[in-house]
Amino acid sequence: MEPVAIVGVGMTKIERERKADIFADLVFEATSKALDDAGMTIDQVDNVITVSNDFFDGRTISSMAIQDACGSYDKNVSTVEGDGTFGAFYALMRILSGSYGTTLVCAHHKGSESEMPLITNAMFDPIYERFLGIDSVASSALQARAYMDNYGVTEEQSALVSVKNHANAIKNPVAQLPLELTVEEVMASPYIADPIKLLDCSPISDGAAAVILASQERAKEISDKPVWVKGVGHCSGPYHLGDHDLYCVCALREAAKKAYSMAGIDDPNKDIDLVELYDAFSYMELMWLEGLGFCERGEAGKLTESGKTAMDGGLPVNASGGCLSGNPILVAGLNRIIECALQVRGDAGEHQVDGVSTAVAHGINGPNGQSSCVWILGGEK
Amino acid sequence: MGKRVAITGVGMTHQSSSRPDVTGQELINEAVRMALDDAGMTRKDIDAIVIGNMDHFEGINYVDTWSVDGSGALNKPIMKLTTGGTTGTTVAMGAYYHVASGLFDKVLAIGWEKNSESDTTGAIITAFDPFWDRPVFAGAVAGLALEATGYMADTGATEEDAAYVAVRERKHALNNPYAHLHIDLTIDDIMGSPYLSWPVKMGDMCPRTDGACALIFSSEDVADSFPQVPAWILAVANRHLWAYTSDPYIDEKKEEGGGFPALEKASREVYDKVGITDPLEQFDVAELYIPFSFGGLRWMESLGFCERGGAPELVTSGATDMGGKCPVNPSGGVMSSNAIGATGLIRVAELAWQIQGRAEERQVPDVELALATGFGGCYWSDVLIMGKEKPGKS
Repeated sequence: MEPVAIVGVGMTKIERERKADIFADLVFEATSKALDDAGMTIDQVDNVITVSNDFFDGRTISSMAIQDACGSYDKNVSTVEGDGTFGAFYALMRILSGSYGTTLVCAHHKGSESEMPLITNAMFDPIYERFLGIDSVASSALQARAYMDNYGVTEEQSALVSVKNHANAIKNPVAQLPLELTVEEVMASPYIADPIKLLDCSPISDGAAAVILASQERAKEISDKPVWVKGVGHCSGPYHLGDHDLYCVCALREAAKKAYSMAGIDDPNKDIDLVELYDAFSYMELMWLEGLGFCERGEAGKLTESGKTAMDGGLPVNASGGCLSGNPILVAGLNRIIECALQVRGDAGEHQVDGVSTAVAHGINGPNGQSSCVWILGGEK
Repeated sequence: MGKRVAITGVGMTHQSSSRPDVTGQELINEAVRMALDDAGMTRKDIDAIVIGNMDHFEGINYVDTWSVDGSGALNKPIMKLTTGGTTGTTVAMGAYYHVASGLFDKVLAIGWEKNSESDTTGAIITAFDPFWDRPVFAGAVAGLALEATGYMADTGATEEDAAYVAVRERKHALNNPYAHLHIDLTIDDIMGSPYLSWPVKMGDMCPRTDGACALIFSSEDVADSFPQVPAWILAVANRHLWAYTSDPYIDEKKEEGGGFPALEKASREVYDKVGITDPLEQFDVAELYIPFSFGGLRWMESLGFCERGGAPELVTSGATDMGGKCPVNPSGGVMSSNAIGATGLIRVAELAWQIQGRAEERQVPDVELALATGFGGCYWSDVLIMGKEKPGKS
């Protein structure tokens, strides 16, 4: 793969409700920040990829709501419906094709205007599954239970993820839920769907994010701190909940394998300094760590207890606070990429981890993380 | 840098008003199996999948992950692209960039829709701003009718001129076994059909269709290893300039009689890349996303096939009929089949067949260069140029 770099990033603060702002306001804020970060004007952006979902937005052709705000006027533009990591993947491919020197990718989400149980119910089979009343929380509870039962992972280990990530968020100014919690408090929070409790859940959030990618040639002109894309991979697993063991992380393992192989990484524990992954629920961080190959399957609870994934543990996971501390869906994957880029650049501020040269960002699509996208970012080409 | 890309497999369902016999996944699978068989491939040979439709028509969220049993994406990379009416051409461009990037050699592109399960107009209205547009926007037909009235007022074009387009499309469809409508109509039939929104009549509009289309895009490294001659993608471009229903009337060239700037800009970008200076002379065939008859006039002007106001004369001269200088829509076009998410991809599929010489009764002789477009809200324009000859390295 020809070298491609991230040369500009922008995120809005993640908030419970940005009532005064329409989608376009959020996107204009994020894209303006990304352009400022890159020291670019919109004229230097060759093409644009937007990320949105018609269901969450309650709009057919949901990208139309932000078409003016994202700066795509008179440019080639397209829309990915899925997580921001997938949108960035398309943005990357458009540069690799040689057609464009720079791509701006932006994503927006207003959970405050979304009817989550109804909208996530629509992910499931209309004939056999929807009538069960299943939604993302219920299906995730099934997954969490299957995972815990199969490997003996405990609710307390899962709660520890929530404690860690909310504490990390205290130092991240864009995070929505910086919280000082104890495992006991998480355990005592009300059950939403057994074994998932309130404090195991990511919040409902509003926000937007934007990333500017550039070819090697353009990156050199634009940025003195480019963050290079070293590897990418994405993959989907089975759809029906009954088609596979829900604790299987096979699709993520496949996506990670591709990304690692492209980046020349044999042992992620040796070569990766920081991870930002899609922890929509606390147990997911454990499962995804296994899928990303940081430990054997079923071992991530113990890995978390060992402190390795804490800020000072050697492999900080979700130093930003993760999705548990702010989860504008779709935007959240782009935020994972941005947080990794900031860490590699040394620009993460209060939550900066020392010496991050290679980082992993991860996003998901569909129920229970059916489809995964993995990015390896680094300071060196 | 950048791989050259060809279409090496084509599949589509017979377009139909309603397919209650299949689920969406099964409909998709019909097209996918046909494309794989056409390319002499199995699911295992596919490196990545791009899929598109419009969420609110079938009411399925995350169609990428929902579709895997039909699309064959199990344990493979899949991505969903959606841009409205343009979705099919957007998916084609997405598959093009997947391959051109060098990351994937063989990519399956899928567009589909089951409009029989949808409240199409209800869904389309939600494409527009909830405060300013929705209370006054009466759906696609009324929106397009406004364009038609403006065009007639500016140029003196008549309803009969538009009806010629409607008749042409349906006549062409008679030769296409995959088309939804097989009705031999006359200009009188169109003129006598009921008004939906003046001056647009029932006969001027596209139908609502169930259908799927699947294409295999291959890199130059493998394109010659398939049973069919590769149909090369020479250039792709798009524009989307308007977001509100009132934007089209803030027309940059209003004083010149109005235009469709997104289509003008996107088409000029691909024309420049390929060296097209006279589209009517240089293209052997075109498959254009024309969902209503008046678009078959005005948009020909935006595409540069004639001067502003010249479309009625161009079209009624027969230049765009089968056997004319540049036949438009030998497939019967969108006015004969419109499974919206598939529609743009079907334009590209038909051109692949035309370039490969496999269009049977509707084959245009010796197709070397061909033009496809996609149209969507709010005047989103996708344009692709395809050809028989492998393009030079850029």
